[in-house]
Amino acid sequence: MRAMVYRGPYKVRVEEKDVPRIEHPNDAVVRVVRAAICGSDLHLYHGMMPDTRVGHTFGHEFVGIVEKVGSSVQNLQVGDRVMVPFNVYCGTCFFCARGLYSNCHNVNPNATAIGGIYGYSHSTGGYDGGQAEYVRVPFADVGPSRIPEWLSDDDAVLMTDALATGYFGAQLADVVEGDTVVVLGAGPVGLFAARSAWLMGAGRVIVVDQLEYRLEKAREFAYAETVNFAEHDDVVVALKKATDGLGADRVIEAVGAEADGNLIQHVTAAKLKLQGGSPVALNWAIDAVRKGGTVSVLGAYGPIFSAVKFGDAMNKGLTLRMNQAPAARQWPRLLEHIQAGYLKPSDVVTHRFELEDIAEAYHVMSSKLDGCIKPLIVPSAA
Amino acid sequence: MPYTARKPPLPETPDELRARIPGWGADLDPAVRPQVPRERTDLETGAHWDVPDRQEETYPRERSIEHEQLPPVFGTAQPLHGLSGAIRRFAYERYSEGRLAHWLLLIAGDRVDAAEAHLRSLVTLRPDNPLTETGVLAEPRRHPVASRRGRPDVRHQVLDPVIVAGPWVLGAVVLVEALRALRRR
Ligand SMILES: [Zn+2]
Ligand SMILES: [Zn+2]
Repeated sequence: MRAMVYRGPYKVRVEEKDVPRIEHPNDAVVRVVRAAICGSDLHLYHGMMPDTRVGHTFGHEFVGIVEKVGSSVQNLQVGDRVMVPFNVYCGTCFFCARGLYSNCHNVNPNATAIGGIYGYSHSTGGYDGGQAEYVRVPFADVGPSRIPEWLSDDDAVLMTDALATGYFGAQLADVVEGDTVVVLGAGPVGLFAARSAWLMGAGRVIVVDQLEYRLEKAREFAYAETVNFAEHDDVVVALKKATDGLGADRVIEAVGAEADGNLIQHVTAAKLKLQGGSPVALNWAIDAVRKGGTVSVLGAYGPIFSAVKFGDAMNKGLTLRMNQAPAARQWPRLLEHIQAGYLKPSDVVTHRFELEDIAEAYHVMSSKLDGCIKPLIVPSAA
Repeated sequence: MPYTARKPPLPETPDELRARIPGWGADLDPAVRPQVPRERTDLETGAHWDVPDRQEETYPRERSIEHEQLPPVFGTAQPLHGLSGAIRRFAYERYSEGRLAHWLLLIAGDRVDAAEAHLRSLVTLRPDNPLTETGVLAEPRRHPVASRRGRPDVRHQVLDPVIVAGPWVLGAVVLVEALRALRRR
C-alpha cells in the first residue's frame, strides 16, 4: 500500500508499505477514505516530539471502510463506513472505566503519562497513522463508530479530532451564560472551540491570532470578535482593555507547542527544541483571564518542561483544566448539533491533496501558504 | 471597572445572540454536556472483556519502566534498530518519564535515526531528496509572496531551511576538515 512516511525533520514522502495485519483479536484494518493533517502533526513534522522514528506514518484524523476484522470483533463488520477517534483505547482499564479514554493505560508501552494516539510517534504507543491507504485499528469494538448515512466523509473526518477537541475545550472552560470567552488560536480547533462557546451560552467570544486570513474565518465562521496580536505591542493589555480591565471569564488555549509572539520562547522551543513547547499562548491565557477564571488548555506540548508562569496562575486563583479530548465521548451530542443545523464541520476545510502529494501538503500547512486552515488527504484507493 | 461589584454589560442580549448565532445556548444546561461530570462509570464503551486479550510480543518491545508489564496492546510500527535503537532502548530502560535525561536521549535518538536513514538512503535506488521531501517545490503554485505578505511569523520561517540543511552543511565541513587534516599527516 501507499503510505506517508517521515524521513526526518521537515521531510516526508510516500512509500510502499505492507498492508497492516490483524495483530490482536480485537483489531480491525480500515481502508482510509479521507484523512486530515492536524496542526499537532506539525510538531512531529518539525521534529519536536520525542521518539518520532523515521518510517513512521502520521495521521490521527481519518475515516474509512472496514476491510478486515479480528476474531473477537463483534460491533463492526467488513464494509462498514467508520470514523475512528484519534485516541487508541481499551474501554476497560481504570481510566477508560471512568470515561477518561484519552488516558488509557493499556495501549501505550512507551509512556504512562500519555494514552495511545494513531500516527503520533512512539511516545504515544508506536501506531502507524491514517495518512495511508490502510491502517490498523486496535480495539475495533471500542473506539470506531459507524458514520450515519447523512454525514459526509469530509464532515466525519473532522469529528475524529478537530471538532471533538474544540467542543471539549469549551466544556473544560465551564462556560456559563454571559461569559466573555477568549480563544487563543484561530486554527480548526480554536474555530470550533469558539463556536462551541456560543452553544454553551457565551456572551462574547474573542478570537486571537496573528494570521489575518484566519481571523477573517473566525469572524465569518465563528461569529467572533477578533484581535490580531501582531498589531498590539502587548496583547494581554489589549484583551484587558477589551474587557473593561477585568480580563476574560474563560480563556481557551488552542495553540500549543509552537506558539509564536515571543522570539525567545518560540526559538528555544519550536526551533531548538529546548522546551517541551513554547508556552507563549499559555502564558497569555494565564495573564488575560480574570482572577478566579478558568483556563482551558487544548494545545499540545511535548513531555519536556516549558517555562510557564505558574505564580500568576496561583495568585489569581485560576482553574486550569486540560486533557487530550476523549473524542468519541463528544460524538452523540455533536451529531445532534450537526443534524440541527448548528454546525457544519467541513466549513473549515480549505485544501485537498492526493496522498502522493503529501510533502507538498505538509509544506503548505507548515508555512501557512495559500490561506491554508485545514487540509484533507485523499488516498488513491479511496 | 473591576473596582466595583458590577459586571461589565454585554454588547448583545441573549435574544440578540440567539437570533445571530446558530444554536446559541443549546448547551446552556451543563447536564447536556458530555463531559459533565468528567468521570463517569456508566458509559457504554463497547468492550466485552474485563481484561483485554494480550497481543503477541514478536520482538522485545521497549517500554517505560513506569509500566509494571507490557500493556496488552501496543504499536509495532517501527521496531528499534541500529545506533538510534540502542540510544532509545537505553533511555527507556534506564530513566523514568519523570527524568529529563529520558526525553533528551529520545530526542538525540531521533536525530541519530534521521542521520542514519539519510546515509542509508544514499545506497538505495531512492536516496533522500530534500527538494521533493520538504515540499518546497509546491511554492510557485501556492502564492509564496502573497501568502507571506505582512506576516509577522515569516521571520521565524527563515530559520527552517537552516534547521533542515544546517546539520548537513556542518557535517560536510567537518568531513572536509578531517580529510585535510589526514592529508597533512
Ligand atoms: Zn488532530
Ligand atoms: Zn483503557
